[in-house]
This record gives sequence, C-alpha cells and structure tokens, in this order.
Amino acid sequence: MNFSLTDDLKALQETARKFAREVMRPKAAHYDETSQFPREIIQQAWELGLINMTIPQAVGGIELSHVAQAVIAEELAWGCSGMATSMIANDLALLPIVLAGTKEQKEKFLKPFTEKFLLASFGLTEPGAGSDVAGMRCTARREGDHYVVNGQKQWITNGEYADQFTLFCSTDPAKKHKGIMCLVVQGRPKGLTVGKHENKMGQRASNTVTLTFEDVKVPVENRIGQEGEGFLIAMNTLDNSRPLTAMFAVGNARAAMEHAIDYAKQRQQFGKPIADFQGIQFMLADMASEIHAARLLTWESAWKLDAGERNTLVSSYAKRFAADMAMKATTDAVQIFGGYGYSREYPVEKLMRDAKLIQIYEGTSQVQRLVIARELLKGG
Amino acid sequence: MPIKILVTAKRVEDYESKIKVNAQGNGIVQEGLKYKINPFDEIGVEEALRLTAKHGGGEVVVVSVGTKDVHEQLRHALAMGATKAIWVNHTGPLDQMTIAGCLQKLIEKEKPDLAILGKQAIDDDQNQVGQYLAEWLGWSQATFASKEESLESEAEKSKQPAVKLSADLKSITVVREVDGGLETLECTMPCLVTTDLRLNQPRYASLPGIMKAKSKPIEEHTPASLGVDAASKITVTKMEHPPARKAGIKVPDVAALVDKLKTEAKVL
Repeated sequence: MNFSLTDDLKALQETARKFAREVMRPKAAHYDETSQFPREIIQQAWELGLINMTIPQAVGGIELSHVAQAVIAEELAWGCSGMATSMIANDLALLPIVLAGTKEQKEKFLKPFTEKFLLASFGLTEPGAGSDVAGMRCTARREGDHYVVNGQKQWITNGEYADQFTLFCSTDPAKKHKGIMCLVVQGRPKGLTVGKHENKMGQRASNTVTLTFEDVKVPVENRIGQEGEGFLIAMNTLDNSRPLTAMFAVGNARAAMEHAIDYAKQRQQFGKPIADFQGIQFMLADMASEIHAARLLTWESAWKLDAGERNTLVSSYAKRFAADMAMKATTDAVQIFGGYGYSREYPVEKLMRDAKLIQIYEGTSQVQRLVIARELLKGG
Repeated sequence: MPIKILVTAKRVEDYESKIKVNAQGNGIVQEGLKYKINPFDEIGVEEALRLTAKHGGGEVVVVSVGTKDVHEQLRHALAMGATKAIWVNHTGPLDQMTIAGCLQKLIEKEKPDLAILGKQAIDDDQNQVGQYLAEWLGWSQATFASKEESLESEAEKSKQPAVKLSADLKSITVVREVDGGLETLECTMPCLVTTDLRLNQPRYASLPGIMKAKSKPIEEHTPASLGVDAASKITVTKMEHPPARKAGIKVPDVAALVDKLKTEAKVL
C-alpha cells in the first residue's frame, strides 16, 4: 500500500492547481453571478490538456490514469465546481466511445477532440427518467441505414454549445433497460432543438439545457455497441466518472474549509479570534477529517479502475459520502462566517449552492445508497 | 537559424511556505516545506523557449545542482518544453563559486550560444552566479533583463521583446532594469543573460508536456566528474528571523504627526 502521490501525479496536480488558482478562481464569482458560459476558460483548459483526459493515446489522446484524473478533478473543483462540471462533461460524453466504440468510431468521434477545441454532451436523463434510467421515452426507429430519433433529454450539460452528443435512446421503451442503445449525434442535425439555459441555484457557470429530437436522422454507423447494450454502456460510463464527481465534492469542500479557517483566525468576537472557540474548532476539525476521508475513499475507487477491478460499490461509497460531506462542510463554512457567510459578498454561500448539485447529479445520494445496499445484500 | 540555450532550475523553498529557523540556528526547518523551481529560473526557461521558437527551433538544456530531489525541478522545465536536462549530483552545502564552476564546465562541454539564468534564487538572494560565470567564460553579460510592465497583457506581449537576438546570432539586445528605469544593451554573442521578474510570464506545464517530459533524458554529472572543487568556502554560522514589526501608534492630530516625524523618525 502507498498513499503518496508519484512525481508525475504531483506535476499534474501542480498544473491543475495553478490553473484553478490563477485562471478559474478569479472568474468564479463573475460566472456564478451572470450564469454565462466560461468558454474561454474551458478552451484554455483544453490547451493545457486538462479536459478530454480519457481519450486513448492510440487516437492522439493523453489517456491519464483514473487516479490522475481524480487528482486533477479535485483541483478544478477547488477553482469552481460549476466550471469543473462543464470541463469534465467532455470526458463523460466521450467515455461511452472510449469504453465501447470500435477503432473506426474512436478515430471519428474522439480524435477531433485532440486536434481542436470541441465540446461534447452526455444525453441520458429525460424529463420523466432521472434516477429511473430504464424508464426513458426517447426512441430510435431504424429506417435503412439510419435511425430516426424522437424524444426529449433534460439537464444536458453544455448542450447549448456541444459539437457532439452521446445520446441514449430506446428502440422499444416496453423492453425497459434491454431496449436502450447509445448513438453519437454530430453537429446540429435537422430536428434537434436546444432549449433555454436553466437558471440554476448553483454551479451556474455550467451550461444546462433540454434537447428535443424530432425525426432526427442518425447514421447506423454512429451506434456505439449493439442495440440493447446502451444501458450497460451508460452504467459502465458512470462507474468510470463517479470518482470524478466525488472529487468535485472534495475540492469544493476543501475550498470552503480554507475560507473558513482564514476567516475564523481573523474574525474577532468577545475580544479574541473566533478560531479560539471550541465550537468553531470542532466544525473545522470535522471538515478536515471528513474531507480527507472522502479523498482517500475516492482515490481508492479510482485506483480500482486503474487496477482493472469493478468499482461500483466503492465508487458509490465515495460519491455518497463525498457529496453529503461537502453539503455539510459548506453549510458549516457559511455558519462560521455567520451573517457574512449568507451574503454574496463572501465566497462561501456559492460553495454551499454548488455543493447541493453534487448530491443530485450523476446518481443522487439516495441512488448511491440503493446501489450500495444492492451490492451488500446480493448473493447468498 | 537554430539556437542552443543553457538555462538553470534551482530547487528553492516555495514562497508560500512558512520558513522557520532550526533549533541549532544554522539553517531552516526543511520538514513539511514545499519546493519549487526558482521563479527567476522559470522566467529564464520561458525566455529560452520563446527565443528557440522564434529562431526556427534549437535546443534548451536545463541544469540543476543538488540531490536527486532536483529532478522535480528539471522535469518541470522539461514539461515546459526544454529538450534535455543535466543533473549535477551533489549533497551538502554549496557556494556560488562551485555552482558557477560547474556551469562553466558544462557550458564548455555543451557549447550553447546563450545562457539564461535567474538573476538570483529566492532562497538566499545571492545574485552572484551569473556574474561569476560570465567573467570566467569571458562572455559578455546582461543582467536583470526586464520589461516595463509587471504583468504581460496581450498588448504587452506584442511589444518589443526585452531579449532580442540578431538573425545571424552574432549579437543580442537586452533591455535591463536599472535604478530609476530601463537601459538597453547590445552585446556580442556568446552572452550570458540573467532575468528579472518582469521579463515574461512563464507558461504552464501542460499535461501532454508533463507526460512527454518522462521520456526526455536527464544526464548525470558530479562536481568531481566536472573537475570542480565542491568544498564550500562559505559557512553559515548563524541564522535568525528578522525582528518582528512593532505595532504602529495613533497620533491625535497633524501637529503631533509632524512632531514625531521630526523628532523620532527624523525624516523632516
């Protein structure tokens, strides 16, 4: 066992940390306030190789280990978890192709992302199918060498700006999860309508839209895997991306803790810094130990992927624990700031709003518990 | 015309670290400290990369002296884009003349057209190595290469660079910081340049750069193999923190302030 970062990991962390500190953080409040899309920041991240981390070397990608991706994700989320969500959205959308695409499909759908700055969106959730993925109503009907797609997708990150979509739809909704397949949709084909940007509570730098498909034609060769394999591809993708989402919680909570420590040391009440009061100290101590625990749990879930092991259980532990931990840590950070914490003049209320989303997206904390319980109770 | 440039990458304490004097009072507590490439050296690496890019490529060779830990700083320079690293393996105290001696031997071996060093390292702020080195090599020298503006905006970048080589690589023009302004020198090549803070803003080490750096060579030497006497001629006898700043005072009115400035501060 070894818990220390290798020299390579330290170097990658250093670049991500510097980028988060110097590029993301100074703009975080602005993009939170305006809810505009931080395109130039994401483009700069692309130039440094901080997005598209999963693309295989065979098609010109960097193919970082899952542990390396997790280390980087913490730093990006420390900078701004809204921006980080939009950055990692590319990896989430490209993962199904990495995991299940043919060699030709990887050349066609992944390589362009290494050559120029492009955005991709992952389209799984629907208005009526959130946690219940198998209840999706978006359909694809085969007509010759094309599928004709009809339906709606909801909460699609970067959808307004995406150059490519990884879409999950069903050949027959009655077949539930067995009817789902994965299609790559390039550009803006006829019949695809992008809805308006959602006015979200937190992670406001991240673009979130609905997509409507009306008789959208997608070539059969854009199908990733076979018909009926979509559900498995989606679940494998989420197993791969769950450590990154958990790391967003760690980075977000670490930012809150650092602000809280700085503030507690300088804020004077009753003639001394509030950091001298045990009530404050205990909140800080809980934050620090729980952030560390969440980080180690998440590292293990990423490490398992690198070792070629199934990580469903541990990554669900990580996502559940980290997301709930971040909600608590950021709420306590606001508490330590008192009235100032509730004001938008100070940075911690944003972190609290941002943390809430991590308990919801990519499998709610409740779904993670269901997954954990299912793994615990299955078999003899 | 491709150009070969030698640069340095000293391992120094991170400026964000809290430095404490050790119990013996002859050094600092190293435990828990973070280390970085000397920021002035990093500016030198950046300038070298820009010059090679401008002159149709070439080589940037980065040198560091110290224990194997300095590989971290060499790798950083390689990740930024340097082509080759040289590690002078040495444990124990070092003085400025030993470092300049090692660099002299390496320059005689590598034969670069130009050497760019940080004007000083942020750990002991000696500001000596570049000057010794130029003198011993018999090269021209231009210290404190700088620019007017502290941060590089797009407008600043498009202005004249502070270090400019002639197309035939026979001469170099360097804008340098002097008391009260800037002065421009024209030097014959080969030349040694030391960098000041405002010269440029170093690039980030990109992730592909970091991965590529792993396969770039690090050549190993020792002061002995270079024929340099590494025995330090300087001994640190005592190290102490500067005295803590005293708290300020409040004066009731302007008259009292003027009085204090006259009688206590004696500046009026």
